[in-house]
Amino acid sequence: MKIAFKLFASLSDYLPAGSRDNRIELDVDEGVSVAEMIRRYQVPERSAHLVLVNGLFVPPAERSRRRLQEGDEVAVWPPIAGG
Amino acid sequence: MGWNRKILRVDLAGGTCREEPLNMEWAQEYLGSRGLATKYLVSEIDPRVDPLSPDNKMIMATGPLTGTMASTGGRYTVVTKGPLTGAIACSNSGGFFGAEMKFAGWDMIIFEGRAPKPVYLHVENDRAELRDASHLWGKSCWETEETIKHELQDPLVRISSIGRAGENQVYYACIVNDLHRAAGRSGVGAVMGSKNLKAVALRGTKGVSGIRDFGEFMQATNAAKKVLADNAVTGQGLPKYGTQVLMNVINEIGALPTRNHRDVQFEDAGKISAEAMHEKRPSDGKPQLVTNAACFGCTIACGRISEIDKGHFTVKNNPKYWGASGGLEYEAAWALGAANGVGDLEALQYANLLCNEQGMDPISFGATVGAAMELYEMGVLTQEQIGLEAPFGSAAALAKLAEMTALGEGFGKEIGLGSKRLCTKCGHPELSMTVKGQEFPAYDSRGIQGMGLAYATSNRGACHLRGYTVASEVLGIPVKTDPHVTEGKAELVKAFQDATAVFDSAGICVFTSFAWTLADVQPQLAAACEGDWSMDKLNAVGERIWNMERQFNNAAGFTAKDDNLPPRLTSEPAKTGPAKGMVNHLDRMLPEYYQVRGWTPEGVPKPETLSRLGL
Repeated sequence: MKIAFKLFASLSDYLPAGSRDNRIELDVDEGVSVAEMIRRYQVPERSAHLVLVNGLFVPPAERSRRRLQEGDEVAVWPPIAGG
Repeated sequence: MGWNRKILRVDLAGGTCREEPLNMEWAQEYLGSRGLATKYLVSEIDPRVDPLSPDNKMIMATGPLTGTMASTGGRYTVVTKGPLTGAIACSNSGGFFGAEMKFAGWDMIIFEGRAPKPVYLHVENDRAELRDASHLWGKSCWETEETIKHELQDPLVRISSIGRAGENQVYYACIVNDLHRAAGRSGVGAVMGSKNLKAVALRGTKGVSGIRDFGEFMQATNAAKKVLADNAVTGQGLPKYGTQVLMNVINEIGALPTRNHRDVQFEDAGKISAEAMHEKRPSDGKPQLVTNAACFGCTIACGRISEIDKGHFTVKNNPKYWGASGGLEYEAAWALGAANGVGDLEALQYANLLCNEQGMDPISFGATVGAAMELYEMGVLTQEQIGLEAPFGSAAALAKLAEMTALGEGFGKEIGLGSKRLCTKCGHPELSMTVKGQEFPAYDSRGIQGMGLAYATSNRGACHLRGYTVASEVLGIPVKTDPHVTEGKAELVKAFQDATAVFDSAGICVFTSFAWTLADVQPQLAAACEGDWSMDKLNAVGERIWNMERQFNNAAGFTAKDDNLPPRLTSEPAKTGPAKGMVNHLDRMLPEYYQVRGWTPEGVPKPETLSRLGL
């Protein structure tokens, strides 16, 4: 199934070369979890601070249980804030 | 004591400056800066005064931690009755001006009346005098700062000034200090302009004395700095990416107001984001961002210093804008960009530079342009009226309107009215994205419910810095709450509002609250200031300040009807993103908020609430 994986701010260094606009489109196995995706791209767990799937927050405790579906967009940020 | 115990009162009509003792009883109840200056203002002016009349007063104030070694202790506030809103105005700025006021030996400066001709105030420690500013009138903030430094032969003098926008009384004119820091919101610069006060130039060499217990203060400030350094947000995230990192976050959660809040996601958000500012431009191979920057005493350093693309159409024939200068911060980038559908990062920085140069709030300016673009697309405003084509997304229109507004030319005068007055004049008040006349900042309350309540009840009109529940609802600071629910938001908004009043009144930056709670501020205040500065006391001070501001607004004629949101946000559902189909449910939250506050259903503080707070 196809999903989009997006890494922002300093995490964009973990995206493969040639990625554009902080995202890559991927073909992944059915049932892959959010946590597996984060591990696959070697994003340190403590750096994956804000994780959204389709814009909705996924708490750290649910990342292993949360299975992705066709068309999902995963977005990850390190600790950030603004004003 | 963290206070100098000294006020400078400037009678602009009479041309005199005199020293007064600071009311130390009030300092114990209202702390400093925002709280204490507001106490002075509400005690001295009629709440129904015309904000641009000589009877309004304007106060520049520091807090007990301003100028000290407390991290971010460089803040000062400008308190007055705001012309944009008719409500209490309290605009806060960083940079170095606030600390300099403290070093010169003053806690605050109260300006009264109107000078018969343009003047500026020069303060050198205990000496204060009004000087002729005829030669400065018509100059930008940047030219004013350079000219004053030259004529005083003092490169270290710190200056706050108004540009052409303040002189022309643009309703959202700001007061700019240190070239690109500003007391930005509610039109405090228009008040300064109405007083014929061009600038305040300060030089202080006394340092800060009178800390209650210096050893204890060193220990408390060092411990608090360690908290900031160890926190990933204040220690790494903000210095590296600045506030602008929020552009993609807020777009992703579907709460980025776009095209005058018609949409909640902007297709070009990535092009105007923090990440884009780090990318090398194809045109010259350089990123827009040059470096980060810190205000006085700040150990976070979130400020952005950028260099515009010299070949961009906005500046290619205008080298004065080619140097490194302030921007873009998130709010400015949003208001100049997504709010009017412009995805040209260089054009945003150009408009931002004009706002800094001539002293305009980029939030209100950009949001007013967004309203004008919607009116243009509806055919209510025409090319003939505006003087140019102004569809959503036009970088050329944004740049030209910034020039026209900053200089008070043509349709720029209409943009200078702000969105509420402009939309009302055009027969479409419902298109003004404002609360109490002040334009929204960069969060759409359909996707972040608590912010709708925070905006509706903000004492200075729509504002994110009176109760930034985004921290909790989006970023999980101090705890994560669901942005789509209304339950619990009344308490959350009140807690943020009261705590922020304390941060502001202490003289420190509210961005410390991404790592600090009041429990981190308390030991610093207790070590600096005489008196009881327990947690209970601080909580009471915050709530007292909020209620005092509310009482002023009520006396100025505001009622519960003004605690409202534009119909677009409560009746037009978000079109895309995770909040698709949602509106803001202010009606569910507001009655509970009044209850939590101890106010009547009409939004008036109950006698027992006032009595409990000593008001």
